[in-house]
Amino acid sequence: MSVIIVLLCASISVAGLFLAAFIWSVKNGQYDDEASPPIRMLFDDNPDKKNVS
Amino acid sequence: MESTIHSQITCYHCGENVGKSPIHAHDKEFCCEGCRMVYEILNDNGLCNYYDIEKHPGLSQKIKVRQNKFAFLDDLAIAQSLVSFKNEEQTHISLYLPQMHCSSCLWLLENLHKLNHHIISSKVNFTRKEVYIVFDNNKTSVRKIAELLTSIGYEPYISLNNLSKRKSFLDKSKIYKLGVAGFCFANIMLFSFPEYLGIDSKEAGLAYMFRLLNVMLALPVFFYSATEFYSSAWKSLKHGFLNIDAPIVLAIWVTFGRSMYEVLTNTGAGYFDSMSGIVFFMLVGRVLQDKTYQQLSFERDYTSYFPIAITRLKNSVEESVALPEIKLNDTLLIHNEELIPADGIITRGKALIDYSFVTGESVPVEKQMGEIVYAGGKQVGGNIEILVIKEVAQSYLTRLWNRDELQKAGKNDNERSFVHLLSRGFTWIVLGIALTAAVYWYVQDASKVWNAVTAVLIVACPCALLLSNTFTNGNIIRILGKNHFYLRNAQVIEDIANVDYIVFDKTGTLTTGKYSDVQYEGAELTTAVLRKIVVLANQSTHPMSRSIVAWADMKIADLPVMAFKEHQGKGIEGIVDGDLIMLGSPEFVTGKKHDGLQSCVYVSIEDNIIGKFVLGNNYRQDVDVLINQLKKRYALAVLSGDNTGEKKKLLQMLGAGTHLRFNQQPENKLEAIGELQMKGHKVMMIGDGLNDAGALKAANVGVALTDSSNNFTPASDVIIEAEQLPKLLTFIRLCKVNKKVVLTAFVVSVLYNIIGIYFAVTGNMSPLIAAILMPSSSISILLLTFGTSNIVATLLKLKQNKLNLTTPD
Repeated sequence: MSVIIVLLCASISVAGLFLAAFIWSVKNGQYDDEASPPIRMLFDDNPDKKNVS
Repeated sequence: MESTIHSQITCYHCGENVGKSPIHAHDKEFCCEGCRMVYEILNDNGLCNYYDIEKHPGLSQKIKVRQNKFAFLDDLAIAQSLVSFKNEEQTHISLYLPQMHCSSCLWLLENLHKLNHHIISSKVNFTRKEVYIVFDNNKTSVRKIAELLTSIGYEPYISLNNLSKRKSFLDKSKIYKLGVAGFCFANIMLFSFPEYLGIDSKEAGLAYMFRLLNVMLALPVFFYSATEFYSSAWKSLKHGFLNIDAPIVLAIWVTFGRSMYEVLTNTGAGYFDSMSGIVFFMLVGRVLQDKTYQQLSFERDYTSYFPIAITRLKNSVEESVALPEIKLNDTLLIHNEELIPADGIITRGKALIDYSFVTGESVPVEKQMGEIVYAGGKQVGGNIEILVIKEVAQSYLTRLWNRDELQKAGKNDNERSFVHLLSRGFTWIVLGIALTAAVYWYVQDASKVWNAVTAVLIVACPCALLLSNTFTNGNIIRILGKNHFYLRNAQVIEDIANVDYIVFDKTGTLTTGKYSDVQYEGAELTTAVLRKIVVLANQSTHPMSRSIVAWADMKIADLPVMAFKEHQGKGIEGIVDGDLIMLGSPEFVTGKKHDGLQSCVYVSIEDNIIGKFVLGNNYRQDVDVLINQLKKRYALAVLSGDNTGEKKKLLQMLGAGTHLRFNQQPENKLEAIGELQMKGHKVMMIGDGLNDAGALKAANVGVALTDSSNNFTPASDVIIEAEQLPKLLTFIRLCKVNKKVVLTAFVVSVLYNIIGIYFAVTGNMSPLIAAILMPSSSISILLLTFGTSNIVATLLKLKQNKLNLTTPD
């Protein structure tokens, strides 16, 4: 039966991690602006080097 | 011929037609110096990627921002209103940039450090159209950053509102509560499996452990997540009102108490799963319903329109002062396109003041030296100086805004809904059933009284009603939002459904506010004559002259104008190609009195009156169709700040018996709404300007109309984009459906409740039955409400338009 107890601890702590991750992401403002991140990720890091004319 | 060639060339920066005199530079064409300068700044700094991400990402720079406009930011107290954090090295500021519109903007604004090396970082929030800038405060200043942004075409919008209020942060506590409830609910369900499926009596110790785990998981739900309902119920109880949350809190407490008792006495497993489940679902509903549109503000007051600072002349020296600092007898310098912040007397310059926003009059008013100008008007043309006769807080417009009755009219939002009344009736019935069950079991078998009563209270909580209400509201708010009809909160849906009287503003609401509907009456105009008239009219900046030029839609001929004279408020005259032409008011041209009904411009050539231009308001597209639909179902009225020129047309459109009022001052509009309400009408007011602000606030539903959701709108319950106005009736219909959907869902949930109560009163409520009943009833209600409201929206044709990128969602 101790197996079940180990499994219980594991499952609760994994679920707890997800809860913590969720709260952290909300607090961090990741859902505040849903428009710019998908655009931002498409930009090159150093666009200036190839574009100076 | 030349113009056709040029019309195909667009400005490299802003994409506008370059017109007749493009500027050639760097192998590119620009429409104006402003655009070229922006390009050069970006080119010098290697930021031309700006033009690769999107074609023509800029906005036209034809209207130059005056130098020193941001001098007021040198004043630390004013600059402080933009600062969110400051230490010895760094300052963090956030600026509102309404011009932000595409991915190029985003890219450029996040590369500001390449333009000014003292900017440490900049981050854009696209939804709010804000940029957060961190800079080295020893090397650069807020003013320099504002000027830098202006130089690349993103002029920060800084209003008086920045001074008075701290930015309100989004309340995230509900989301946290929801997260915790979801976590606990899922795990409690998991740990309850042994209970549902039956566990060997050998494993009793294990079963007890599972129960204790459930207790521990239920504690955060009870003491944290559910507080949302406790506070709301407590608030309404304090007002002597029983809202829907009160019986829900009762049910949560009873469930928790009974479950704790069962677990601690080791007599059962309790109903922790049902309790946390229902709290979770109800929180989901609340979060959905409380959708907010971050970039829209429904609470704007005059401070959002007024500039934060203004130029004051002291001993002929210009200085910037914050608006609240303006004192009586100060002399203010008002530049072109600037708002007059306080009532005053003109002491220098020719004032042409656009009051359309304040009064609804569509033509700018000319004022001479010595005349009084009121706050809220916008100067068009050259600079003027005014002597302040009333401080900002005492000005006409501000006083109107601060009127007591408007402040007190704060609507008590959550206590008007039919849902509360329904839940109250429901609660009394349930309490009756609980009492009957108690009496019955007391006679039959006294040991079962406690079980039966608590079970009834648990099962009969009106959570289904709350669920159906919040989910339907949330869904309808979303559907309307996708159609650019934004509601302030869920209560507005019901208010819209109850409306029986619709009042329109004219200028800017039914009409576009411009005189683009021009008709000519009189002797036939030959092209040669018209050409001369246009040449003359082109000399004047008066909006009526401009309308005539725009209406003629012809190339301005290169004819000399001699002896041109502009008579203030009367008309213009000049000799064009040898003919003396007069354009202007009937009195000016004909010498006779004007009948005052229409706005017209008379024309005479060599003292022969050849005819007149009748300038009509340009009605918004399909407004007549909408009015036709509405007048069958609603009483309509029009309150206009303008003259009676459109009376005939409006009567024709709205029907003879319609209530029309013209020359309405803002307070007249407010009073008119009040009169209608006194007669028992539920009034919807649709308006656009500050002159409607009082009426919008006083009406049961205030709808602010805007040409783009990024524009500023007065405080209101609803913001609608102008092109969606013809759909107004459809929106109202959808709001009316809301109540029916909620009621249907409620009836279904009552069926579930009857089954549940049957088990409860017979004292046979097993955890398994509860565990099946609760989620299945909740989920079927969600499907029902979502499904029906979506079907109705599809039937009303509100669903087919694809979500576009600019939808604030």
